Amino acid sequence: MTIRGYKNHPYIPNSDEEIQKLMLKEIGLENLEDLHKEIPEELKLKSNMNLPKPYKSEYELKRGIDSILKKNKTCKEYINFLGAGCWQHYVPAVCDEINSRSEFLTAYAGEPYNDHGRFQTLFEYESLVAELVDMDVVNVPTFDWPQAAATSLRMASRITGRREVLVVGTIDKDKLMIMKNYCDPGVNITLVEYDKETGKMDLEDLKSRLSNEIAAVYFENPSFLGFIEDQGEMISKLAHDVGAISVVGVDPSSLGVLAPPSHYGADIICGDLQPLGIHMNYGGGQSGFISTRDEEKFVMEFPSRLFGVAPTIKEGEYGFGDIAYERTSFGNLREKGKEYVGTQTALWGITAGVYLSLMGPHGMYELGQNIMQKSLYAIGELNKINGIKGSRFSSIGFKEFVVDFNGTGKTVAEINKELLEKGVFGGKDLSKDFPELGQCSLYCVTEIHLKEDIDKLVMDIKEIVER
Amino acid sequence: MKKVGLIINPVAGMGGRVGLKGTDGVNILRKAIKLGAMKEAPRKALRGIERLLPIKDDIIILTCSGDMGEDQCKGLGFNVRVILESSGNTTSRETMIGASIMEEKKVELLIFVGGDGTARDIYKGVGNRIVTLGIPAGVKIHSPVYANTPEKAGDLALLYLKGENFVVKEEEVIDIDEEAFRKNEVRTRLFGYLKVPYKKEYLQNKKAPTPLKEEENQKAIALDIIDNMIDGVYYIIGPGTTTRAIMEGLNLPYTLLGVDIIKDKKLIKSDCSEKDILQIVSNSKSKLIITPTGGQGYLLGRGNQQISDKVIKKIEKENIYIISSNRKIVELGGKPLLIYTGDKDIDLMLEGYYRVKVGYGIDIMYRVSKG
Amino acid sequence: MKRIDRNHKVRNFHQAKWDEPIIFELSQKGERGILVPEAEEEIVNKVGDGVSSIPKAMRRKELPNLPEINQKRVLMHYLRLSQETLGGDFNVEIGQGTCTVKYNPKINDKLASTEKMTELHPLQDESTVQGILEIMYKTDLCMREISGMDQFTFQPGGGSQAIMTMASLVRMYHRINGEEDQRDEIITTIYSHPSDAAAPALKGYKIINIMPDENGYPDYEAFKKAVSERTAAFFVANPEDTGIFNPRIKEFTDLVTKAGGLNCYDQANANGLLGVTRAKEAGFHMCFFNLHKTFSTPHGCGGPGSGALGVVKELKPYLPKPIVDFNGEKYFLNYELENSIGKVRIFNGVPQAVLKAYAWIMSLGAEGLYEVGKIAVLNNNYLFKKLLEHKAVDAPYIRGKQRVEQVRYTLEKLTEDTGITSGDVARRVMDFGMHYWTSHHPYYIPEPITLEPTESTSKEDLDEYIATLHHIFDEAYENPEIIQGAPHRSTIHQVDESSFDDPEKWAPTWRVYLRKTK
Repeated sequence: MTIRGYKNHPYIPNSDEEIQKLMLKEIGLENLEDLHKEIPEELKLKSNMNLPKPYKSEYELKRGIDSILKKNKTCKEYINFLGAGCWQHYVPAVCDEINSRSEFLTAYAGEPYNDHGRFQTLFEYESLVAELVDMDVVNVPTFDWPQAAATSLRMASRITGRREVLVVGTIDKDKLMIMKNYCDPGVNITLVEYDKETGKMDLEDLKSRLSNEIAAVYFENPSFLGFIEDQGEMISKLAHDVGAISVVGVDPSSLGVLAPPSHYGADIICGDLQPLGIHMNYGGGQSGFISTRDEEKFVMEFPSRLFGVAPTIKEGEYGFGDIAYERTSFGNLREKGKEYVGTQTALWGITAGVYLSLMGPHGMYELGQNIMQKSLYAIGELNKINGIKGSRFSSIGFKEFVVDFNGTGKTVAEINKELLEKGVFGGKDLSKDFPELGQCSLYCVTEIHLKEDIDKLVMDIKEIVER
Repeated sequence: MKKVGLIINPVAGMGGRVGLKGTDGVNILRKAIKLGAMKEAPRKALRGIERLLPIKDDIIILTCSGDMGEDQCKGLGFNVRVILESSGNTTSRETMIGASIMEEKKVELLIFVGGDGTARDIYKGVGNRIVTLGIPAGVKIHSPVYANTPEKAGDLALLYLKGENFVVKEEEVIDIDEEAFRKNEVRTRLFGYLKVPYKKEYLQNKKAPTPLKEEENQKAIALDIIDNMIDGVYYIIGPGTTTRAIMEGLNLPYTLLGVDIIKDKKLIKSDCSEKDILQIVSNSKSKLIITPTGGQGYLLGRGNQQISDKVIKKIEKENIYIISSNRKIVELGGKPLLIYTGDKDIDLMLEGYYRVKVGYGIDIMYRVSKG
Repeated sequence: MKRIDRNHKVRNFHQAKWDEPIIFELSQKGERGILVPEAEEEIVNKVGDGVSSIPKAMRRKELPNLPEINQKRVLMHYLRLSQETLGGDFNVEIGQGTCTVKYNPKINDKLASTEKMTELHPLQDESTVQGILEIMYKTDLCMREISGMDQFTFQPGGGSQAIMTMASLVRMYHRINGEEDQRDEIITTIYSHPSDAAAPALKGYKIINIMPDENGYPDYEAFKKAVSERTAAFFVANPEDTGIFNPRIKEFTDLVTKAGGLNCYDQANANGLLGVTRAKEAGFHMCFFNLHKTFSTPHGCGGPGSGALGVVKELKPYLPKPIVDFNGEKYFLNYELENSIGKVRIFNGVPQAVLKAYAWIMSLGAEGLYEVGKIAVLNNNYLFKKLLEHKAVDAPYIRGKQRVEQVRYTLEKLTEDTGITSGDVARRVMDFGMHYWTSHHPYYIPEPITLEPTESTSKEDLDEYIATLHHIFDEAYENPEIIQGAPHRSTIHQVDESSFDDPEKWAPTWRVYLRKTK
């Protein structure tokens, strides 16, 4: 026998040979090898796998991994202006304190009794986000915003019995790829043109594409390119006129100051929870949500779990459980598009709930205000640089804006490279995904940016392009 | 005061303890008593109806005399009205008559205590016209009109009578041929449907406490069949609720226990006889859609004799479509679906693996054997 | 002083019960949980209040109806709720069969919560994220060795998303080969995870389920009959959720390969097979591992997790973009995948989960993983043997043979004898600081319990779990009322579930609850 095990490992209590003998005897076997009798010899490995040698102690493990991680340059060490679907906000200490609690971190799928706290926190998260978007129903989180958007479109398709959807032309191309893959086959996505000046949806193009075959119209606020789409009411109306559903994607950090999509006709709202107290984690902090009115036709199309509150047999006690659980396993009839539910991002839902509890109505307003002020300031200062337009589009924006470098004679890639040397992560290069914009870059400014950070950016860019 | 009906079949369950499989028929009953069988049902009835004590003052129980209900109710202190004098030797006839009197008296819920045979008698008395619920006491229980346990029956009845919002479902009344059963042959037969208040945790789906909504499941299967129907082909729709969903999906009238024929999504003939079916099968391209009975999973042979060996001979194996709710498959616990046409050669010919449709776009490979 | 006798196995437990209100009920006007930075004066002087720049119709008219609570009270609320949650770190966590809830080493969480991980933006220049890319790449290499596959992606954020990705790969593969329309069926088995049917159904496939034969193995004759030129792929777990390993798996996959289909391995049940047998040798074209199961990253109440998906080299060009690659000098994101299905999760999956999995692998090595596989199976078969000593419990199929890492038991006998169901017992187990899960629906095995002890459970823990279950089974025979009324010592009592399926009454959020109740 050439295979060897690892004895007395701290993660494997019964890796002690004495205990093993005792247990083997109990089940009537001679040695550990007998445990896999059911697996045919020809499928068995004949020697140990060829893996790197393990660290022999926790200390060495920490040293080893830290030394790899050290190669990363973080957004704390550099000034970061990247957004584009993952945003750097301040994460209140209480958020980290709660989501690193062993109880929440290591719980999984217990019952409403032993996991009462998990059910309550997720119910509260649903309720808090419901207030933020001013809607009635919010799901236990899905993987990310693109997943939430894709599921929203499939829901709309099932509700209307139609298979065509229209999606705003300024959508993130990566997000679009995810939605397309998820909707294929069964729901076809067509993009709607956008106005080259304002960035807003081209309503004439929308009208020409709307028909009684359209299940949904999807747009975002703020849009992927940062500007506010203020034609929401008209877009929703046009959609409703042909019996289609209005689906709106939203950045929840904007909702202290921006009207929630439910106020301009949205039937389904989706978005990402990451800005609500969740670290960026190289993209691992994304978490999607979906919200609708409390109407059976919407509720019954959610693939996700929905936790609801109910009394227990004891007076004065809150209990929780799954609303319309059966819909998750076998709800759909004609559409084969039966979605699925599984491990998604519940911990981020809990965290978003903690964040909203801390922020309260005034915190969310002040956050929105601060971001508005900072981004307006940044645009204004960038505008002062020769050859640069602080905002490519004439519409007002929130948090993000497209900086136009076409007049500088330099590419965004070149500028970003130089910015990096100066300790700045420049915005997302849009030249590949939006070639019609030429050399443009998507910048993100939030409450974490002090005036001095913005001023440094402006100074650095000025130096780079005017040199 | 709410009126509640109660009928106990006091001899139900007596066969079990002495190794008999049911007590249908006077001879068997005598044999059971001779072997020392004790009355099980009255005890189980007590365990169920005592759950109604919290609403004792709001209800009046209509029942039959003696150990068909009166004794148990009085013992627990319920308001009781005897509507039928029992002869002392409960027969199926008394159960049936008692049930129909209760229907006349407009009981809100008819509780009965027994086994499959008792359910059959209740069905004969009231059809699917009033809401009923079974307390399980018999040896043979295949009909999902019974709750899981006597206590659960009591709890369910309590909730229902307290006016909770309930889905009322039609569930199968199934029985097996007792003589065949005694010779270790199993033949089930669908007798009809009873209306029962439905709550998944309480009811007897003996081997399958599944959360699937039976009706939605049936609808999904029916839509799959409808969406894939070929023009110009005759579809022979066998009996059962799963197949009925196809007719409902097409907005066509149906015969629940009979055979209907459709073409181009239009009804050609209702409640066909063997002769009607043979005529169509002999002359045109046709497909047969059948569903198993609950419990034993009989596809052919019981409950659908119109689809005879002669019909099958004409129609050919590949034109037989089997559809089934998931629940029925689960109930089989891995045992094959059964065919008993009366012609051994045909039964043998029909054996093998079939794609059984259990949902929209969802099939399972399942074995069919001669019964 | 008399010595205290602490010799009992069955624990005298009571869960925390804080009777905590719903967060909205804690609101006190004027309280603040946290303050937000204000824009500097110079900024305000330049741009004003900011909010009035928003087009009027788009301004929020009234503040959102969020509660106003001081920081200490928010903290207290959530800490109390955390105590009312029985995390894996607290209980003898063997009740969540199929989910491999093992010990999640604390050091791995610590490593992943350093700023070097949390403060990385996913679009940063590659030169600034060499550390995390290195870890992802090296984890990929480990996964390749563990499975025999040739390339991994970490994009899927969970097992079900990995299954959906596999189905997407299958569709794209046949599309490129011109056989998309012809191959419209996917075959799976009843005891594989329901997502193995549901996710391919989402991708437009007809699903054919294979039932078990009398030994619990997928019925080979039925399978043979199901495979045809319409077969797009075979999705299967092995062992299935019964813990039974299908020894003829290679015959199954060979049949599919010969018919032109792909074999897709759901390795959610891989824990007992580490270092023992692999996907490649069994004839699979792709497979996935749940890093939050087999590779120890915490479940987080249901995510974020990671579904690491590996494929043979012929299928690499189909993977979602980008994959993490290495050119001998630096790590980079490789977008050169000509037949890519596009993307399934934004950015690069859940990198912090990959980091934790890497740390776990690196604390065990090949010998450690083999030990994990062995001990997971040893623990399971010990539990199996001991539990079955009680008449109340049984496990169908292959009697006298071993199971791999889990077993689906049945309490059918207990239910017949006492009327107590598996669902009833599940509520009672909570009174002892444990829990268990019955099974996916529908229940093909009546009154099921699915238990998976993993390698993290000591013999002591196993003995406690066994003693507790036996104790409850005895109660069912002697004092069934105590089980019917359970839980008694959990945080709350039985929930009145009658509103959950009633659109008139259900309350998915607090505002709906307030509207529907008086």
